[in-house]
Amino acid sequence: MALTLRRNKKTNDVGSIDEKIRIKSVESIDVTVLIGSAISAFALVQLLYETFLPLSGALGFIVVWYVFFLAISWTAVRELRGNVRAKDHLARVLVWSGASLAIVPLVLIVLYVIGKGYHALRPQFFTEDQRYVGALSDSTEGGGAHAIIGTIQQVGIASLIAVPLGITTAVYLNEVKGRLAKPLRTVVDAMSAVPSIVAGLFIYAAWILALGNQQTGLAGSLALSVLFLPTVTRTAEVVLRLVPGGLREASLALGGTEWRTTSRVVLPTSRSGLVTAVILGVARVIGETAPLILTVGGAFILNWNPLSGKQDSLPFFVFRLIRFPQESQIARAWTGALVLMILVLVLFVIARAIGGRGPDHIGRFKRWRLQRKGLA
Amino acid sequence: MTSTTRENAVNHVDEPRVTPVVRRSKVDRAYRAIATMSGSIVFVVMALIGGFLLYRGIDALRISGWGFITESQWAPDMGGAFGIAAVLPYTVSIALVALFLAVPISVATALFITEYAPRRLRRFLTATIDLLAAVPSLIYGLWGLFYLQPRLITLSKWLADNLGFIPFFKVNEDFGTSLGVFPSSTFVAGVIVSLMVIPICTSVMREVFGQAPPGEREGAMALGGTRWGVVRDVVLPFGRGGIIGGSMLGLGRALGETIAVTLIISPSFDAKWSILEQGSNSIAALIALKFSESTETGISALMAAGLALFVITLLVNTAASSVVNRSRSGSATEI
Repeated sequence: MALTLRRNKKTNDVGSIDEKIRIKSVESIDVTVLIGSAISAFALVQLLYETFLPLSGALGFIVVWYVFFLAISWTAVRELRGNVRAKDHLARVLVWSGASLAIVPLVLIVLYVIGKGYHALRPQFFTEDQRYVGALSDSTEGGGAHAIIGTIQQVGIASLIAVPLGITTAVYLNEVKGRLAKPLRTVVDAMSAVPSIVAGLFIYAAWILALGNQQTGLAGSLALSVLFLPTVTRTAEVVLRLVPGGLREASLALGGTEWRTTSRVVLPTSRSGLVTAVILGVARVIGETAPLILTVGGAFILNWNPLSGKQDSLPFFVFRLIRFPQESQIARAWTGALVLMILVLVLFVIARAIGGRGPDHIGRFKRWRLQRKGLA
Repeated sequence: MTSTTRENAVNHVDEPRVTPVVRRSKVDRAYRAIATMSGSIVFVVMALIGGFLLYRGIDALRISGWGFITESQWAPDMGGAFGIAAVLPYTVSIALVALFLAVPISVATALFITEYAPRRLRRFLTATIDLLAAVPSLIYGLWGLFYLQPRLITLSKWLADNLGFIPFFKVNEDFGTSLGVFPSSTFVAGVIVSLMVIPICTSVMREVFGQAPPGEREGAMALGGTRWGVVRDVVLPFGRGGIIGGSMLGLGRALGETIAVTLIISPSFDAKWSILEQGSNSIAALIALKFSESTETGISALMAAGLALFVITLLVNTAASSVVNRSRSGSATEI
């Protein structure tokens, strides 16, 4: 057994036909060429930079180095292994660098926001509002409690509206499969493309201008739920689609009604996926700024009541404060941005952790329930 | 077979010879009615969005008439002329700059995930791309404004100095080419927006590339093709619908991006070819910036602009999802 495995590795052969064949992607000679050309390109550019070459600055250096690196490694592989391999090599290097180019900003953003935001981050940031903050106050005075509480309330209300609606819509699309399912799917796709500022304008026109309401936290959460609904629906639909048809058929064959099949079989099976969908949706909605500019009004003082009076929200708080002339306000804005980013990251990690579990995962709560029923 | 419902029979390969008669209980009928109702709410909301924007914007449209499309100034509150003739081209050019950068990077990232990456890295990368999509646009905007822009304008300057003969890269001579000309431009805004577009494009392309038929893939390898050969002759042709559709979905997102653009640009109302020079605009940023200082006519005019943005993104997105869905259902993979 061990012998065949080793041989398989050597000949790049995969035993089973159904498995996708994967070829050993990196050979030692490739690595040598890569390192060699990186170093020689660096040396060459070091020599010629700022004299013959057009660019300047650190960014320019990297760009020129990269171009030289591509050219040198391509030439080297072509000399060693021919034209076809050289093309393959070039494509591989380009794909690798393209992918890293997509990742690098994330790292830079996270580090930058942490670096800017941690100065004014103290426990009081979560308990104080801006009531006593004046133009000359230090950045460690006052906090963003009013914005954090506003955001939690607005996103909470938006979830209360959008999550049940989104999941029932997904049930309609995937379980009921009525006559409207096809056009509905198109409209949900279209709705997920509604620009966030348009959602804000809509609530401003319909809720504030037409119905005569004020700018409140509730208006903000209505705007957020317009954005939240299609996200939940789409991801929930994908999750429901993953439930094996055999389970539904078994339930129906045992005499279960459609409602029982959905409520007792389909939804519990996909529960972890649905929770992930909701949390990811919350993580997206929590950072929305544009619709809130138009709807919540913004405030510097804590307002517990989302139904009346202007409220603040964390992204809107950051957006306003970053444009202040005072350094202290800008520092507070960065702290707000840091808190926002941490919230998003935490939600994301929770969603991933839950989503990684299969439907047969039995958590602490579930085991307790099963034990009570005497099943486990 | 006959005991299953009609809906479940559809899932089977064999068609039932006799269509089973389904008698639903009251509970089931109520369940279907409730699900249908909540599904219809989506239709109602979409209709209301269009309806309310039109209803509120119609006053402004009556005042401006066709000028709404041809006029480039925006002064509805002083009784002046207003229109989207400058704002719309700026919106489109920011989106195009974003796509120009985002599409190659997304194709590379999607190819990396499906073809090149080791299995472990693949899961990690998929998660990272999802995370990129979850980072608020406000944070992209802040980072772009404070970190990226000062570094990016050296590139702008280089482009203007060396490729200035291309109309897009030309900068007004009066200013010379000091670095002060380059911040808050269409280019900078486009670069930031491209970061937000990349995850959207990548996830669509990744899904479609992953569906390239394994038979053809292995056939190409068996014929002695390199990995690039497989990508070029199998994966990319089969994934063409995904590339086009994903790019268009990204375009829809780029057109509607608000906060990051609002933070970066300094509003300009004279359409110009140069993408490097200071001053740009977008419909969404216009609404965000002008909203608080507008009176009744101004709000109405912003509603009309919002309607225009809504209609444009709707069209782009519907076209995009039809392209993606077609390539998903496999019709584009016929040889």
